[in-house]
Amino acid sequence: MSVRVLRPGLLTTVQDHGRHGFQRVGLCPGGAMDPVSLALANALVGNPPEEAALEITVIGPELLFERDTLVAVCGAEFQGSFPHNRPVLAPAGTRFNVGRATRGARAYIAVAGGFAVDPVLGSRSTYLPGRFGGFEGRALKHGDVLALRDGSAAKKFAALKKTREGTVKWSAPPLTLPDREPILVHVIEGQHFASFDSNSQRAFFDTVWRVAPDSNRMGFRLSGPPLGRPQADEILSGPTCLGSVQVPPSGVPIALMADHQTTGGYPRIAEIASADVARLAQLAPGGKVHFAKCSLEIAGELRRDARERLESALRGIAWEYGAKK
Amino acid sequence: MAQPRPLGVIPLGDSAAYVEFSATLDLEVNSVVQRLALTILKRNVPWVRDVVPALGGLALHFDPDHAEFPAKPLEEALALVVDSLKQAMAAKDNPGSEVELPVCYEPEFAFDLAEVAKKADLSPEEVAKRHEAGEYRVLMMGFAPGHAYMGGLDAKLTVPRRASPRAIVPAGSVAIANEQTVVYPYAISGGWNVIGRTPMVLFDATRTRPSLLWPGDRVRFRAISRAEFLSLQKSS
Repeated sequence: MSVRVLRPGLLTTVQDHGRHGFQRVGLCPGGAMDPVSLALANALVGNPPEEAALEITVIGPELLFERDTLVAVCGAEFQGSFPHNRPVLAPAGTRFNVGRATRGARAYIAVAGGFAVDPVLGSRSTYLPGRFGGFEGRALKHGDVLALRDGSAAKKFAALKKTREGTVKWSAPPLTLPDREPILVHVIEGQHFASFDSNSQRAFFDTVWRVAPDSNRMGFRLSGPPLGRPQADEILSGPTCLGSVQVPPSGVPIALMADHQTTGGYPRIAEIASADVARLAQLAPGGKVHFAKCSLEIAGELRRDARERLESALRGIAWEYGAKK
Repeated sequence: MAQPRPLGVIPLGDSAAYVEFSATLDLEVNSVVQRLALTILKRNVPWVRDVVPALGGLALHFDPDHAEFPAKPLEEALALVVDSLKQAMAAKDNPGSEVELPVCYEPEFAFDLAEVAKKADLSPEEVAKRHEAGEYRVLMMGFAPGHAYMGGLDAKLTVPRRASPRAIVPAGSVAIANEQTVVYPYAISGGWNVIGRTPMVLFDATRTRPSLLWPGDRVRFRAISRAEFLSLQKSS
């Protein structure tokens, strides 16, 4: 008994916290684009934060729960009759119909016990370019059936303190959703920042960039004024990182996202503070972002603050499940 | 060679750092970088999640949520590199494995062999022979899982990348550009000059060692016939 895909949505993939340790052979960690919302969704159904869930994108799926399932949706807000950011006990036969995203771009559907897909290289994440991991290495399609790892939904739900009509009265805080656009994303200067002409250096910080339609899990292309370097010399290819902002000769910056290439030969104008990558991941094509320069120290503080907010939310949820404060 | 010194440490955001040794490709520096990367990996530093040797330096990817993650990661990363450097220089053993890759240079697989031959003023057979005779070294991996940039190409075979990349280069395609050779691990778009194809599977996530090639490996190519290509392809 399991979850049946009645309608797959725009891009629905199994994702966890990613596979680390293979960047030296060219394999990026991948995993959830918004790991903060993944962790919250998992905690809401009593899973460890790094468990695999369904990452849904802009247009959600319709799922049929073929047995009692404890489920939570966290991240972007989607149309649908289910409550967000709460554990929901869906009885067998429930059709879980997720519409369009109304705020943000990605959400995570976690089920208690997790999905029974085999880990590949230590992770259940789907790596689309390599066609491995997750469910058969691909996005979900109509008719797919995902087995659940355990059937303790009702028992887990019973452990919750205050429940009413199959859910709870409280909800987890959305930690990565923009309350308005453009969102503000902090960056430190990239290795090649100084090699851009002064207009481009200014334009990078003065422009409200738009996420271009041809953006995906590998990278977000940013529409705005083209950026240039007076000496368009080739740079030696080198390592890249999640959140590196590269500028190819076209002048269109690309922010590297979860499934990025691990090395690149384009100059890097900026590096996004890791605390802000999950927030950027919540922009749909057309979404607006503004960059603010910060120091490495500030980027570290932002990361620690974000971590503390997440941990505090996770502790709050664990308390509802009976954990001691 | 003399012990190279890091030119500097460049933050790749707040969760990784690039320690640069050379802004241009220097094979001797790269060979030190390969030793250094292995030395650092073997130290199993708990807050270092990944060590990525590149053409002119190496990246350390951090686990910033680890309890032992230092308050000043750049300084600690540089100290780790400098400290490991002595050890790496002293190591006698050659890092990396020896790998032999069978390649079929027949026209059916070698889309750009004639064009490369024309540019290099050699016959296609001579291009294949020179490519096969080379001793290569994996200088860096990237672009796609299992995709190795290998140095050691015959200087006569130095040709630029194709003016327009192919939308799909078949898996196993052996290609050259500038002073390097690569093998495309799977069908992907690419701009290098394709001069042959290997039947070997370069990257398979279900293997314990998913990649056939690793940074620092020494690689040789062995010319095979079309018949041998087909039979190896069946068995791999």
